Amino acid sequence: MASDIEVLVPGQAQGIVVRLEEPLSFWGGFDPKTGAIIDHRHPQLGVSLTDHIVVMTRGRGSSSSTGVLAEAIRIGTAPAAIVLREPDLIIALGALVANDLYGTSCPVIVADDRTFAALRTGCTVDIAIEDGAITFIDV
Amino acid sequence: MLDLTERDQGFVAGEFGPGARFAMEIVLSAAETLRATHLIDVVSAHVDSCIYNGQAGLDFAERLRDGGAKVSVPTTLNVASLDLLHPELNQGDPATLASAQQLVRAYVDMGGRQTWTCAPYQLPERPVFGDQIAWAESNAIVFANSVLGARTNRYGDFIDISCAITGRVPAAGLHLDEGRRGTRLYRLADIPPSLLEEDVFYPVLGHLIGLSSGNEVPIIEGIPLSTSEDRLKAIGAASASSGSVALFHAIGVTPEAPTLEAASQGGDVDVVEIRPQDIAGARDQLTTRSDLPLRAIAIGTPHLSLDGFGQLITLLDGAKIHPDIEFYASTGRDSLPELQQRGWLDIFERSGVTVVTDTCTYVTPIVKKIDGVVMTDSAKWAWYAPGNIGVDVVFGSLAECVASAMAGRIVRNPGLWDGI
Repeated sequence: MASDIEVLVPGQAQGIVVRLEEPLSFWGGFDPKTGAIIDHRHPQLGVSLTDHIVVMTRGRGSSSSTGVLAEAIRIGTAPAAIVLREPDLIIALGALVANDLYGTSCPVIVADDRTFAALRTGCTVDIAIEDGAITFIDV
Repeated sequence: MLDLTERDQGFVAGEFGPGARFAMEIVLSAAETLRATHLIDVVSAHVDSCIYNGQAGLDFAERLRDGGAKVSVPTTLNVASLDLLHPELNQGDPATLASAQQLVRAYVDMGGRQTWTCAPYQLPERPVFGDQIAWAESNAIVFANSVLGARTNRYGDFIDISCAITGRVPAAGLHLDEGRRGTRLYRLADIPPSLLEEDVFYPVLGHLIGLSSGNEVPIIEGIPLSTSEDRLKAIGAASASSGSVALFHAIGVTPEAPTLEAASQGGDVDVVEIRPQDIAGARDQLTTRSDLPLRAIAIGTPHLSLDGFGQLITLLDGAKIHPDIEFYASTGRDSLPELQQRGWLDIFERSGVTVVTDTCTYVTPIVKKIDGVVMTDSAKWAWYAPGNIGVDVVFGSLAECVASAMAGRIVRNPGLWDGI
């Protein structure tokens, strides 16, 4: 499916979607050692984000989320990619700096309404490096 | 396409060294994300990247530092992951503490002032109305924008120090008039006037607004014109934890909101009523469980102001904390001389209150006994501590916290929430 995508951080990724029911603060809400959600009030407490395509409208809370996401990318517990509905500087810079420091690939893109709505938990998608285009491999 | 000055281009070309070039690359990436057409100068920065979140943050800082980067505007530093003045309080593992120390060193080497506080707006040299600044730390951001009328976007780790080094930020979002327009009106409805006189109401109000405001700029209608800075600080800190609020207006209270018309810049707003049952629901969310023994009290999130310490002195009234209870009050080191001069540090020591500086008790392991509940008057502490340090939390007023600390068990003021 071709779509109107804005690339905040380029990179290639393929994985299974985890759609977050509520925004997440990586700092205080996600443990980079395990890759799991640790926010006790998040409906998906305990869910692992490692190697998944994480879909959420936006980040929330702490400005330290940048550093936590970068650390998760460094040690390999991070999402494979993050798809947002609204641009989020705090998330984008965590991925950008980690990719720069460690040569990793964790794209961050902003999807249009239609694509965003189609990204349901469990489907497998591919994100292209050039334009962030999302291809649904297995719905 | 970004319009860069000669100096900006000098950074890109590496004229100020590889560290400064890396910093400018990050500022330019941010500009692209924010769709800015140019950069603007800032007069100060507040850097949050000095909290240790793992090796990545240290690798980043050392790349800047070793690349010769220095801050080019006055820069304050946020809390670190350890109490530098009272190392005996740090309970974390030695390797992590050593890395946290290394990170601290890198930011000091780059020229950051050793303030180690999340409440830089309580320092004498705080920004004034209209100042363009680059601040990180979610509660500091919302306070600077809302209460001081200074202008910062919601900056996070890495971009904060990059702006401090270059002295530049993308001209976008909350730096511009149009980004500061209030878009959603929260109207207090049937909230008992007596509750508006209680400090405990304000973090709960902020928590509720944060949960429901998404990317809107909230306008609050109905809080008293005399609402103190500490109460506005509590609204901001809570709303920036449960949500991502970076600016709110309060009609008749905050500087850009003399009227609804001014706060909304004459635009449309959607209206949300806040009713007693909403407040009760938000309050109850801040307590995870209360059926375990009380182990500790944690106040000073964000860092306690001198007024806050004054309230604590009054409530303590020279009495002692129960020997089974740890009592922590977190603050910035710059408030210590004044606390000392007023004789308050001695009173705290005699009462059994531990003053924590340079860090905060939900950021890093300081509380010793975490097998019961910790009581706090901070919505932000209540929001983050369960995930960060693995404790259960009871939320209450400062007076309830102090009474509970003395009794050694949770003590409630039964009339506090009358009408809710």
